Amino acid sequence: MERLFWRAGTLIVIGYALLPVAWIVSLSLKPAAELNDQRFFPRSLSLEHYRAIFSDAQFPAALWNSIGIALLATLLAVSLAMFAAYAIVRLEFPGKRWILAGALSIAMFPPIAIIGPLFNLWRITGLFDTWAGLIVPYTTFTLPLAIWTLSAFFRDIPWDLDRAARVDGASGWQALRYVIAPLAAPGVFTTAILVFIFAWNDFLFASALTSTNNARTVPAAIAFFTGSSRFELPTGSIAAASVVVTIPVMLMVLIFQRRIVSGLTAGAVKG
Amino acid sequence: MSDGSQSERRLGWLLCAPALTAMLLVCAYPVLYALWLSLHRYDLRFPQEWTFVGLANYVSILSSPVWWQSLGNTLIITIGSVTVELILGLAFALLMHRAVFGRRTLRAAVLVPYAMITVVAALAWKFAFDPTTGFVNALLGLDQAWLTDRGSAFFVIIFTEIWKTTPFVALLLLAGLTLVPQELLQAARVDGAGVVQRFFRVTLPLVKPAILVALLFRTLDAFRIFDTVFVQTRGAQDTESVSIVGYNTLVVRLNLGLGSAVSVLIFLCVVLIAILFVRGFGTPFTQRGERG
Repeated sequence: MERLFWRAGTLIVIGYALLPVAWIVSLSLKPAAELNDQRFFPRSLSLEHYRAIFSDAQFPAALWNSIGIALLATLLAVSLAMFAAYAIVRLEFPGKRWILAGALSIAMFPPIAIIGPLFNLWRITGLFDTWAGLIVPYTTFTLPLAIWTLSAFFRDIPWDLDRAARVDGASGWQALRYVIAPLAAPGVFTTAILVFIFAWNDFLFASALTSTNNARTVPAAIAFFTGSSRFELPTGSIAAASVVVTIPVMLMVLIFQRRIVSGLTAGAVKG
Repeated sequence: MSDGSQSERRLGWLLCAPALTAMLLVCAYPVLYALWLSLHRYDLRFPQEWTFVGLANYVSILSSPVWWQSLGNTLIITIGSVTVELILGLAFALLMHRAVFGRRTLRAAVLVPYAMITVVAALAWKFAFDPTTGFVNALLGLDQAWLTDRGSAFFVIIFTEIWKTTPFVALLLLAGLTLVPQELLQAARVDGAGVVQRFFRVTLPLVKPAILVALLFRTLDAFRIFDTVFVQTRGAQDTESVSIVGYNTLVVRLNLGLGSAVSVLIFLCVVLIAILFVRGFGTPFTQRGERG
């Protein structure tokens, strides 16, 4: 009886999580004529919406912007955070508590509070509607997350192995390359995924600081998709574009699920 | 030794400097700049009318019903979503903790909403509740235009928020649950405590720190809500959140003076919420900072 209860619960949670995904996939595969049939599953399948979004210039450009901007912001944020986290975990210096607390307060920070100034500064400096104009705020806003998660991971690394390797005759570089780097890699990789997802997900900065295909990322592009008439939402195209940007990230998350769960909770609970 | 610690100190600051500089330049400086802009009349459509106006922008915002309405809306969304998320999240966490089969599948499943772009999730639910494309009305046998009525629009917005963020709450609480020692629960059982008593007297107090962390994170996060409201209603039907008001004033109406004043007020609200939390519950964060 109890077993049945837990099993039913498990099935409900899986259904809860997958329902909207199944729905948007189904919507994207419905032929245009059947979009309004109010059915959950499509009666016939068609790839017309996928063909439509890729034959238009807007979506491929947005996809390219999203990938490029998110990757570069991830690279920057994780590199900067690596130095900081190493210092926080390995070195004794006054003020490191302040750095962690400051990072935390930025994590709580409402992004809308700096949209106005950034908008004005980017307008003046020419960063408006460029990749750099988004990479800069993404890097900053993900730094707290990156520093906290990396510090939590770095704390669990047996750093003494480094000294042991040096005693055994390894050079400083060799010790780093063959002993410490492999130990640190999973944490760095996990942090990179979390940072990437943040940048990939952002809509506020993307919609306020871009205006054309130059730097507009996918979330903003999808939200501003226009159909054949101004008053009609291009449901099919939106659904197809949504599937294209959701599936790769979802696969990545599912493949590395164990690490991501520990990354998400490490910074917050273990501290 | 003092030489060593001094160079260590210098190295520590040196390694943190790039990250700190980035955070100061892109957060602290713009906030001060926003503060300065908020004291001026500065409308990008009439840039020549730029003048210092003191607190006039704040007076006009605080005396406008739009601000108070949006603040009320934001609080409705925040309280509505965070309450349900905590209860549902705790249920999910208990389930993941106790699940006898498919633990991995369960954990993978809850990551799905987390990995979905907020805009996409908001659109998926918008289409689902839509009276012409959606399946919800057909399923429930209703004929409801969900997003054109204030009450049901709030329902859809809050529902979407809950769907998207409950897994995050659940994972935080699960991490808290794994810290509850099994022996303690065994001992309570031996002493004759029932399931309910064990939950409220043993589990819940031990998970409390994790609950507070989740509560604080989610409250501040929900208070900034923008994506879901923008995509689902654009603030129509009186569902504007404070972030939407800020965005419209800044980016749509290009009124940087007034918009910056809205931004500063939102910033102050967030600080106020954080202070209330720390005062009300004691802070799990300072302790963590100290251990850090």
